[in-house]
Amino acid sequence: MSKAKPLSLYVPEPQCRPGETPDFSGFIVPKAGAVRRPDIDVAPAEIHDLAYSIIRVLNREGEAVGPWAEQLSDEEALEGLRNMMKVRAYDARLLMAQRQGKTSFYMQSLGEEAIACAFQKALKPGDMNFPTYRQQGLLITSGYPIVDMMNQVYSNARDPMAGRQLPVMYSSKKHGFFTISGNLATQFVQAVGWAMASAIKGDTKIAAGWIGDGATAESDFYAAMVFASTYHAPVVLNVVNNQWAISTFQGIARGDAPTFASRGLGFGMPSLRVDGNDYLAVYAVSKWAIDRARSGHGPTLIEHVTYRAGAHSTSDDPSAYRPKDEVTAWPLGDPVERLKAYLIKKGAWSEERHAQAKAQIESEMVQFQKEAEAIGTLHSGSGPSVREMFEDVYKETPIHLKRQRQEAGV
Amino acid sequence: MARMTMIEALRDGLDVAMSRDENVVVYGEDVGYFGGVFRVTQGLQKKYGKQRCFDSPINESGIVGTAIGMAVYGLRPCVEIQFADYVYPAYDQIVSEAARIRYRSNGDFTVPLTIRMPSGGGIFGGQTHSQSPEAVFAHVCGLKTVMPSNPYDAKGLLIASIEDDDPVIFLEPKRLYNGPFDGHHERPVTPWKKHELGEVPEGHYSIPLGQAAVRREGADVTVLAYGTMVFVALAAAEETGIDAEVIDLRTILPLDLETIENSVKKTGRCVIVHEATRTCGFGAELMSVVQESCFYRLEAPIIRVTGWDTPYPHAHEWAYFPGPGRVGEALKKVMESA
Repeated sequence: MSKAKPLSLYVPEPQCRPGETPDFSGFIVPKAGAVRRPDIDVAPAEIHDLAYSIIRVLNREGEAVGPWAEQLSDEEALEGLRNMMKVRAYDARLLMAQRQGKTSFYMQSLGEEAIACAFQKALKPGDMNFPTYRQQGLLITSGYPIVDMMNQVYSNARDPMAGRQLPVMYSSKKHGFFTISGNLATQFVQAVGWAMASAIKGDTKIAAGWIGDGATAESDFYAAMVFASTYHAPVVLNVVNNQWAISTFQGIARGDAPTFASRGLGFGMPSLRVDGNDYLAVYAVSKWAIDRARSGHGPTLIEHVTYRAGAHSTSDDPSAYRPKDEVTAWPLGDPVERLKAYLIKKGAWSEERHAQAKAQIESEMVQFQKEAEAIGTLHSGSGPSVREMFEDVYKETPIHLKRQRQEAGV
Repeated sequence: MARMTMIEALRDGLDVAMSRDENVVVYGEDVGYFGGVFRVTQGLQKKYGKQRCFDSPINESGIVGTAIGMAVYGLRPCVEIQFADYVYPAYDQIVSEAARIRYRSNGDFTVPLTIRMPSGGGIFGGQTHSQSPEAVFAHVCGLKTVMPSNPYDAKGLLIASIEDDDPVIFLEPKRLYNGPFDGHHERPVTPWKKHELGEVPEGHYSIPLGQAAVRREGADVTVLAYGTMVFVALAAAEETGIDAEVIDLRTILPLDLETIENSVKKTGRCVIVHEATRTCGFGAELMSVVQESCFYRLEAPIIRVTGWDTPYPHAHEWAYFPGPGRVGEALKKVMESA
């Protein structure tokens, strides 16, 4: 009998760490336009290949090519560009405000702006997003007042959340934006339940769930998938793979599966992988999945492949765990630059107009910020009433809480 | 008026709620076609269709998580967790989500959700079919926690829970499903058909959440109990001849502070009885409440009679269960200082 060798635990590592040269050679990027576009009622079993490729529309020359192209007018694409620029400018202001001590915490979506902005564009009023903390593009695209977003981040007297939530944990039913939890993956299941309710009531609205690559490891990811699959829920389940879960590279959540999209195949779910830095591709794939859900063909899993160009949050320092220049080596480029190049190539935009628009958006953000700060920031100006602390725990305040409010002297 | 078992009363409550409001949906493991392992939902799928009463995958976080999504949409889901012992995979959804969505969204989103679950022991269910987890829910702000002790209350409280605009944990003491079990496991249980609290009115009625019921008026000592322990406490009072006032809390949270305080101020003594483990059990909270508001009226230290701080054992179920003997001893002890 042969003696067994001692086992050893395999712990995966990213391609490179600080001080090393970024290497994405193992990351295969198909040519723009190379992936086929099935009909929305296709049987999931017929499109397994789409979970392993990347749907791309914009090529290196700034042209929209292939079967997923030609869906948005120049005006619409320009609106998309402006929305992404707004998100970026908004993030920059608030990041700075946090650094200046005007709030406790901030999370930017630098490099990922195309995903939320393009997805929201494909939704209809009444549909409901169940977002994570990096989808401010959904709100900005849906026309939510930016000054109210700032009021929330500052927890000031006009904070729509009455000072109860961590910065960036927005909520607006009217804008189809479910209150952000801060716990991970819980909202993915809730999106499925909301979609089931829409189907139970014979409605035509659909839901969208959002989750990051790291949080797909949570049990609730699988809970959402099994319920969505079992009841053919009209929901689009979005995985934003930005490569990093704080300091943990995506391989720790993905394991040996080739892609996150492939997780959907075991549930018999159409599973698509899209270039998340390509506004036109994200729009086309989102529209496909949204139309499929709305027509009663059930859920779709989308993996948006992108790169978190900034830190996880203002409490994080990525230089401690990844090479500083990894973002420049990232093969899918920058979403704003790519859509801008497309519009310039089409003659619908120019460097001058872009610079002008950028300046204008930035100046608008400064104005909004002044307006919000005139009300207050976390530590100065007027804040929410302390009495708010005791409201909305229940619809009606029970006696024990009334007594505590008295004890607190509010 | 019909006499019903607690199972029939709960089913009737669901039926009434579903017939009055088409936004009420019912689902859980084995809940649809079969009607649930305790048969509470029997016949509801046939009557209301598969879209309103259906089987779910075995995933408690999924059951509660989807129900939260449905409640946010505007439905009033009433989901079943097959045993309270199985609820923990859903704990995050209950504690971090359902309980806080109204608060964190400043009332923008609300969760009118009822989560039913059979709880408690006395059925030889071992450590995974016997737990009483009320304290882990009562500790969470934003939740209401309810535990009926009889068919009449079961129906009225279930309807009130479903109609409530906040999330409610609805614990069903399964040892009471078929009769008012008093802890004398060696004797047959009186069926609900022969008990006045088995009388259940037809149609709609509700019992407001947060109101206790005095099951036995008395002058000497106040017994605070709920669920299975109500009839155990009543038996202990009869058997010891001590004139105990037995209060059935019915709602664990919000607690009926006034009824408790008025009674203890009257009797000057208090015994707290629950089946759950002692340390940080709900009895600890009750003891604090009584001490804080009635200290100068107390004539003896407050006593707790509870399950021991061990998992619920299979073979030694009756050594674990706080039966009428143990409750009776506590009553005698609390009267010693008289």
